[in-house]
Amino acid sequence: MLDFWRLYAKSPSAVFGLVVLIIVIILAAVASLIFPEDPFRLAGTPMSGPGENGFLLGSDTLGRDVAAGILHGAKTSLMIGLIATLAAVFIGIFMGALAGYYGGLIDDMLMRVTEIFQTIPSFVFAILLVAIMKPSIESIVIAITVVSWPGVARLVRGEFLSLKNREFVQACHTLGMGDFQIMMREILPNCLSPIIVIGSLMVATAILIESGLAFLGLGDPNIMSWGFQIGAGRTMLRSAWWVCTFPGLAILATVLAINLVGEGLNDALNPRLRDRN
Amino acid sequence: MNRTTKSLRYVLKRLAQGVPIIIAIIVLNFFLLHMAEGDAVDVLAGEAGSATPEYMAELRAKFGLDQPLPVQLAVYLKNVAVFDLGYSFRHDMPVSQLVLDRFWPTALLMVSTIILAIGFGILLGLIAATRLNTWKDSVISVFALITYATPLFWVGLMMIVVFSIHLRWFPTSGMENIAAFHEGWDRVVDIAHHLVLPTITLSLFYLALYTRLMRASMLEQYGQDYVVTARAKGLTDRRITYVHVLRNALLPVVTMAGVQVGALIGGSVIVESVFAWPGLGMLAFESLFARDLNLLLGIFLLSSILVVVVNLIVDVIYSLLDPRIEVS
Repeated sequence: MLDFWRLYAKSPSAVFGLVVLIIVIILAAVASLIFPEDPFRLAGTPMSGPGENGFLLGSDTLGRDVAAGILHGAKTSLMIGLIATLAAVFIGIFMGALAGYYGGLIDDMLMRVTEIFQTIPSFVFAILLVAIMKPSIESIVIAITVVSWPGVARLVRGEFLSLKNREFVQACHTLGMGDFQIMMREILPNCLSPIIVIGSLMVATAILIESGLAFLGLGDPNIMSWGFQIGAGRTMLRSAWWVCTFPGLAILATVLAINLVGEGLNDALNPRLRDRN
Repeated sequence: MNRTTKSLRYVLKRLAQGVPIIIAIIVLNFFLLHMAEGDAVDVLAGEAGSATPEYMAELRAKFGLDQPLPVQLAVYLKNVAVFDLGYSFRHDMPVSQLVLDRFWPTALLMVSTIILAIGFGILLGLIAATRLNTWKDSVISVFALITYATPLFWVGLMMIVVFSIHLRWFPTSGMENIAAFHEGWDRVVDIAHHLVLPTITLSLFYLALYTRLMRASMLEQYGQDYVVTARAKGLTDRRITYVHVLRNALLPVVTMAGVQVGALIGGSVIVESVFAWPGLGMLAFESLFARDLNLLLGIFLLSSILVVVVNLIVDVIYSLLDPRIEVS
């Protein structure tokens, strides 16, 4: 663990990303403490600029506090990003492990399915899924999961293909271990690091998709999110620039931080790749 | 076997691979139509009951909704094969007509975006790779990292604030100034003027992608044996970079351009709805508000087919450029 941290800390940008991410997580955690009221509630004079009338980051046309929205939105974005990614990684591991381990017909069939899902324009597909299922936090998570698992499946399949004929796996066969046990207890732990890396980058993509959906009006109507704030603020872009600007900066900072952490993990977990450059 | 028959054979093989994918997407579309609430005809008729009962009955018969599911699927496939995607009551037009009309503005936006993103991406990646670990490299890498993490709709809105509202350089929305009745060359200039901000917005993300890709690709090529050979025979660094490394480094960037078309369509939904650019993306945005699900399905189908076709074209061009591809 200490060794890992030493490798990770070699890259200043990775440490910077981690610090920003921790700040975002803390802000999301204390959102309900700082702003205990509903972020949709009218909090004061509408269209107040940043710093006016007690609004740190201003208010929108309905007098909603932009800062409160950003903190509550952080909770939404992180939660959706994390849950959708976990689900997608789970499905991806399942599909990829089966395809890579068994090969042959199963591999052919599963990879065909993966290929179709990779061909479909993913954001348009996500829009369609949420529109059909009606916008809610569940439908958004499902839509993001459905469009993001193929990448993991391909990666896991590749890892399983290269590992399944190694000596340690053959040894397990000779010991009489079952297929499921070999896959989950022997092969999977050996390909965890690329999965962790791709998973961390997927959280960032999931947050971008979620904010895009909310911007288009496909967010959960009862939950505050950054995309919703920007979508609601765009009509008064001319007179109240702050309503759109600050939530956008929040998305930028969060996604950037996650990407930096992902790259840092990649460098720390695959030292060979890092030394090549 | 000579080279032309070989590449012809490759083209046919790729075509044969594309067809099942398109059929699978149509089948998926069919099931999505069924997943939607109510009977497919309610969806087809635009959910609001704006269709007459006679038309609903006619539609039910046409789609054979009293038939078992496999029969319905066959009918649906047959309809799609003749490009009959149903009717949009919101627009009072057949969906197929509507999506084809709105296809060209999107195509214009996508082509200009691809040219801008690939052109500048290659340039920036080249600069970063040839000046590795200098301030230029760092500035370009930081720029790529930040644009990679920025939501497109936000960039679009900020562009409008700065360049349309404050500087008044570009119009905020639309594709042309219809009230001005421009004709001929004036109209081209007008459309180009409207095209600037949407294109820059949509290209930023891909610019970041291609920059990073080009930089990595150049660095990888520098490590190859042929570079050592070129250096050993006394070629200048300039010549090695621009004649030998650059050409080889371009190949993966070109492939990525094909792979990214799907993402580009997703991005254009966002950018078109920010700038009210009257293409497929804007149509998708409008159909969300009008709850015109069938129209949305039509757009989804057309854009999926577009991805398959573009990937096919890129693969074929690629196989002509680089004969080694057929092996893999």
